[in-house]
Amino acid sequence: MDYATLLQLLDSTLRLATPLLLACLAGLFSERSGIFDIGLEGKMLAAAMASGAVAFLTGSVWLGLLAGIGASLIFAAIHGIASITFRGNQLISGVALNFLASGLTVLIAQAMFGQGGRTPPLEGAARFNPITLPFAESVQGVPILGPLYYEVISGHSILVYAAIALVPISWWVLNRVGLRFAAVAITGILCGLAGAYMATALQAGFGREMTAGRGYIALAALIFAKWRPVPALWACLLFGFFQALALRPDVVEAVVRVKVPVPFLDALPYILTVIVLAGFIGKAIPPRAGGEPYVKER
Amino acid sequence: MTFMKSLLGASAMALAAGAALAEPAIIFDLGGKFDKSFNEAAFNGATKWATETGGTFKELEMQSEAQREQALRRMAESGANPVVMTGFAFGDVLNTVAPDFPDTKFAIIDMVVDQPNVKSVVFTEHEGSYLVGMMAGLASKTGTVGFIGGMDIPLIRRFGCGYAQGVMAANPAAKVVLNMTGTTPAAWNDPVKGAELAKGQKAQGADVIYAAAGGTGVGVLQAAADEGILSIGVDSNQNGMHPGQVLTSMLKRVDVAVYNAFMEGVDLKPGINVLDLKADGVGYAMDDNNAALVTPEMKAAVDAAAEKIKSGELVVHDYMSDNTCPAATF
Repeated sequence: MDYATLLQLLDSTLRLATPLLLACLAGLFSERSGIFDIGLEGKMLAAAMASGAVAFLTGSVWLGLLAGIGASLIFAAIHGIASITFRGNQLISGVALNFLASGLTVLIAQAMFGQGGRTPPLEGAARFNPITLPFAESVQGVPILGPLYYEVISGHSILVYAAIALVPISWWVLNRVGLRFAAVAITGILCGLAGAYMATALQAGFGREMTAGRGYIALAALIFAKWRPVPALWACLLFGFFQALALRPDVVEAVVRVKVPVPFLDALPYILTVIVLAGFIGKAIPPRAGGEPYVKER
Repeated sequence: MTFMKSLLGASAMALAAGAALAEPAIIFDLGGKFDKSFNEAAFNGATKWATETGGTFKELEMQSEAQREQALRRMAESGANPVVMTGFAFGDVLNTVAPDFPDTKFAIIDMVVDQPNVKSVVFTEHEGSYLVGMMAGLASKTGTVGFIGGMDIPLIRRFGCGYAQGVMAANPAAKVVLNMTGTTPAAWNDPVKGAELAKGQKAQGADVIYAAAGGTGVGVLQAAADEGILSIGVDSNQNGMHPGQVLTSMLKRVDVAVYNAFMEGVDLKPGINVLDLKADGVGYAMDDNNAALVTPEMKAAVDAAAEKIKSGELVVHDYMSDNTCPAATF
């Protein structure tokens, strides 16, 4: 594997890891506050649909982003009311919201645009376009680091950088904010970002079931990272790297000299998570109050 | 909604004209009616029949793999005749359902089902793919072209194999990068993965990418347009999705197959119907959107090859005949 191929893989890794990272941080807030959230997937899907639709109708990606966050917040609010106010079972509420999102997004998109549950393709200002970081062109000639900066670090949409900046912010907020509703709301916002990223930056529009299980992979990454923000970044980058690798079976074959089946590469994140859960690499202990409805003591 | 409407329409018509007028029906596979590709072509054929004859038809969109047999039985029980279905995946189910409805005629596209009341329509995708492969080979400046398939099945390998042969015919030194999106039916509808695969192929030097992947192709064409390279559409004419950035489309006249089946109606002739290049069942798309991309020399070369295939002088190897491909390894 040469350096250029490695850079391409890392570039792809960063793109694929971003929705995972946002969803993973979303899960982090929720679970650290004691609310299990299986519904990350549903919130992302709802946000993707809302942002795709609004970005198309208004031609502004920022309004699309707001709509995505709004849709995700509505789902988060339902989850919050069900599991905090009414002390319902958090897992059931999450699963129900996933089903709701899966059907509702296609239904609404079909009713609005009549294109089989897809939103029309977005162009120009209705999408988050890649931005070139300062000096990217000029340092391109610097050996090793120049291409790394130009190919891998520069040239992503603003949401990719936002996601990474959110890691230290999450670490800071986690140590100060403790309220469950606030945490659930933050979860909603982060899932909204993740969904909007998928519909307006990675792709140009919403498609049926476009999140394709990323909400669940994010949950796996959360366990892998043992519910801490900075390890979450590494876990998501690792899982993103596996996804990028699965797209380049030729590279894998060249490196390990054995033909590795693509489904095995797809399954690697889950296999790793199971290994961690089984206690082989340290111990993953979930937050103590997870899943327990909290009643204020008087 | 439309299904309910057509059901209501059907009962109204049955009241007016008695049971003599059976409506034809069409069942779309998982890619969805509006996949801008395979299923949409089928829908266009049905719509053309409806506008020309003033008739109405029933339709059903599959939502999950588990519905297949139920959907088929429901259509047959509702009295629809003939029942047309798109996609190889209906093969096994139709084999068990067809004998239960001996008076109903069925037509299946992309699969051969040997039953006395079934018409099997198959296309010679390798011939059409050969032609767009030639065009890709001629248009490529880097000498590397890509192919992105949907689900990894022999039928899609037939597309890829024909394409690779065409590329090699135009430029024997060319390199063809082949990828499949997945191994489950979900691979027909994963545009995000399609886009990422296209970016990976571009990194390997590909500057023309052919997508034979149903709804996943939407992502491939989008990524190719974003990256400033050319793409090739499939089944329907997809040239207009990104005008000036889609080199051509491999036309597979699923619309003609559906239209013909509806036209024959209850007198549908059972047996195998091969729609090849000679019968205009496959081909490549030219229109205003790609006129500037295809030079007269390219068109002349491809048309000459098409004539040779039609006359039998040139035989494109069919992957499904022996599960091997001389021009590519899967």
